[in-house]
Amino acid sequence: MNALHIKKGATSHSAYNLRPTYGDAVEQHTLAVLVDNEAGVLARVIGLFSGRGYNIESLTVAEVDHTGKRSRITIVTRGTPLVIEQIKAQLGRIIPVHQVNDLTVEGPSVERELALIKVSGGGDKRVEALRLADIFRAKVVDSTLESFVFELTGAPDKIDAFAELMRPLGLSEIARTGVAALSRGES
Amino acid sequence: MARQMTGAKMIVQALKDQGVDTIFGYPGGAVLPIYDEIFLQNDIRHVLVRHEQAALHAAEGYARSTGKPGVALVTSGPGATNAVTGLTDALLDSIPLVVLSGQVPTFMIGTDGFQEADTVGITRPCTKHNWLVKETDDLPRLLHQAFHVATSGRPGPVLLDIPKDVQFATGTYIAPPKKTEYRYQPQLKGDLEEITEVIAALETAKRPVFYTGGGVINSGPAASQLLRELVEATGAPITSTLMGLGAYPASGDKWLGMLGMHGLYEANMAMHDCDLMICVGARFDDRITGRTDAFSPKSKKVHIDIDPSSINKVIHVDYPIIGDVAHVLEDMLKVWKARGRKMDREGLAKWWQKIDGWKQVKCLTYKNSDKIIKPQYALERLEALTKGMDRYITTEVGQHQMWAAQFLHFEEPHRWMTSGGLGTMGYGFPASVGVQQAHPEALVINVAGEASWLMNMQEMGTAMQYRLPVKQFILNNERLGMVRQWQQLLHGERYSSSWSESLPDFVKLAEAFGAKGIQCSDPADLDDAIMEMINYDGPVIFDCLVEKHENCFPMIPSGKAHNEMLLGDASTEGAIQSDGAVLV
Repeated sequence: MNALHIKKGATSHSAYNLRPTYGDAVEQHTLAVLVDNEAGVLARVIGLFSGRGYNIESLTVAEVDHTGKRSRITIVTRGTPLVIEQIKAQLGRIIPVHQVNDLTVEGPSVERELALIKVSGGGDKRVEALRLADIFRAKVVDSTLESFVFELTGAPDKIDAFAELMRPLGLSEIARTGVAALSRGES
Repeated sequence: MARQMTGAKMIVQALKDQGVDTIFGYPGGAVLPIYDEIFLQNDIRHVLVRHEQAALHAAEGYARSTGKPGVALVTSGPGATNAVTGLTDALLDSIPLVVLSGQVPTFMIGTDGFQEADTVGITRPCTKHNWLVKETDDLPRLLHQAFHVATSGRPGPVLLDIPKDVQFATGTYIAPPKKTEYRYQPQLKGDLEEITEVIAALETAKRPVFYTGGGVINSGPAASQLLRELVEATGAPITSTLMGLGAYPASGDKWLGMLGMHGLYEANMAMHDCDLMICVGARFDDRITGRTDAFSPKSKKVHIDIDPSSINKVIHVDYPIIGDVAHVLEDMLKVWKARGRKMDREGLAKWWQKIDGWKQVKCLTYKNSDKIIKPQYALERLEALTKGMDRYITTEVGQHQMWAAQFLHFEEPHRWMTSGGLGTMGYGFPASVGVQQAHPEALVINVAGEASWLMNMQEMGTAMQYRLPVKQFILNNERLGMVRQWQQLLHGERYSSSWSESLPDFVKLAEAFGAKGIQCSDPADLDDAIMEMINYDGPVIFDCLVEKHENCFPMIPSGKAHNEMLLGDASTEGAIQSDGAVLV
């Protein structure tokens, strides 16, 4: 489907957006951008954000269709409704962009992020870290006598909450993938 | 029809297959194989410019005056970086350009080789799209795609960066595919429901105004024709941006003149007081809107644009229509006629009465002199003496550009080439070279200021070499006039670096290149001097010595609304406050 072919009522587009676009409140939106996996395509997307002064809260990218050479870029961004609409329209203008979906307004969606969290220390703190990890359903993927590496999947705020709890227990390093998101239901 | 050939030969072949007859360029190490192929054929004319920036502006002039894409060829490294200004200019004014740049061979990329630059990286934000071609077999497909992308939807510049080994290697050439085979297909037809709503609003509007822009010209001759038809049929007034001049004839009785910062009083007042604004192929640029929160407060706004990102970018509109101007105007006319050609004629008559009142202000009035040439007078005489001729005008950037837009009149599209969005000093002279190349028999005049003109004066060499009889009409005030005007109005008359010392003797300069130089300083001599310029068969530098301190009015000061225009020097005292001074 052509990214610039806009159906009335579609929210991936500024012009026919059904929401009022002139509110002043800053909103957080998760955008899914399907692109041709060609050289420089990520630089185009990132360059658009930096060049026009938009924010990127989180960004993930990977090829999702190896035969068709398509990548999916998931971007979490913040802005007023007008800015969000402008971001979507600007993304739609990039030639290798096939489709832009705003998962935040186009119906229910699921968002997940994976984090690897290293907690160092011994004694009671080590036991407490393991107990909390169990509550959060984090998996231990590496262990020494003085450290754990936990793998945790969930919405970003769940990972934030876990990281906060680990801080006094010896959190020493954290790696996060950024958000991957899909709309719920069929297609 | 698949054929084996070298990459360099493919480039020339693809240009021929795309109907290119002229390219503007400058050779260098990384494009020598291409220049070799150019040497071996006669179908495509190569114009050797004297600086790569000029190649891009010449290609822009060619494109704006023909409606076809302009093509430029530059070498790697400095060739490509010199092209950046032209690319950005074309991007902001939506001019279709295909730029080919040489690159160091693929195996040297990333080694900081001689004349290596990350050209696709540097030009990514200033092109509509660009490609680094790594395989000769990809080259024909990408060359054809480049033309498709440059000319489809909202036009713009594209760049192909072609390493030297890709030019030397052999691959399979393919002919251009059909346009419909490309995935990139911007929407052309507007939404009919939305168009019907617009017509319903137009039928009952009491104070409608058409606000048109460069998109009408980019959409092609049908768009201008349909616009004229719609304006005549509905009887609504029409104004245009700098970029859209000529789409509706200046002699038309619905014409209000240009709008915006230095637009006409009646045009800006109509924009401010209208109840229905129909924006056709324009983008609510800050030169047009003035203070956005006070922009046309009483109107419903229609915006017709092929680029969805233009809509609601600056001004919130009530009726957005995404589509090609010609397609949308055609449907608007059809719907309006089908619904019975209704307008609120009574309301419209009152509206015209009001507009006629604003016209009585005669906002372009200036104080003439019989001692010294006023720049406005020079342009009035140029207009009077060239009216009706097969004439193309280019300009540089500054006061002279605004006066040209105010005092020269355009009856047809593609006759007016100026750097609107980027405001590139140095644009006009090379653009005039490109226009003259496309229209060898026409009268091509570059209205210039001496400061802008000096930025690309090396192109005298190009004009002479190719016998391009371009007329350089320089309004010489020995000042950076627009900068000086802003310093006078905003910076306490501290004229920091805004005057030109050590200017050349322009007549001798012309003669040094083998061209003709004319100097004129007496208003009484002006007509004869202009006729001498027109009648000379060859490039002319016309050094028109004008009043040095003339300001360009009317003017919407920064941070002000359309109905707060300054009409002359008497109205400027304290007109711009500090919050306006931070704006450009």
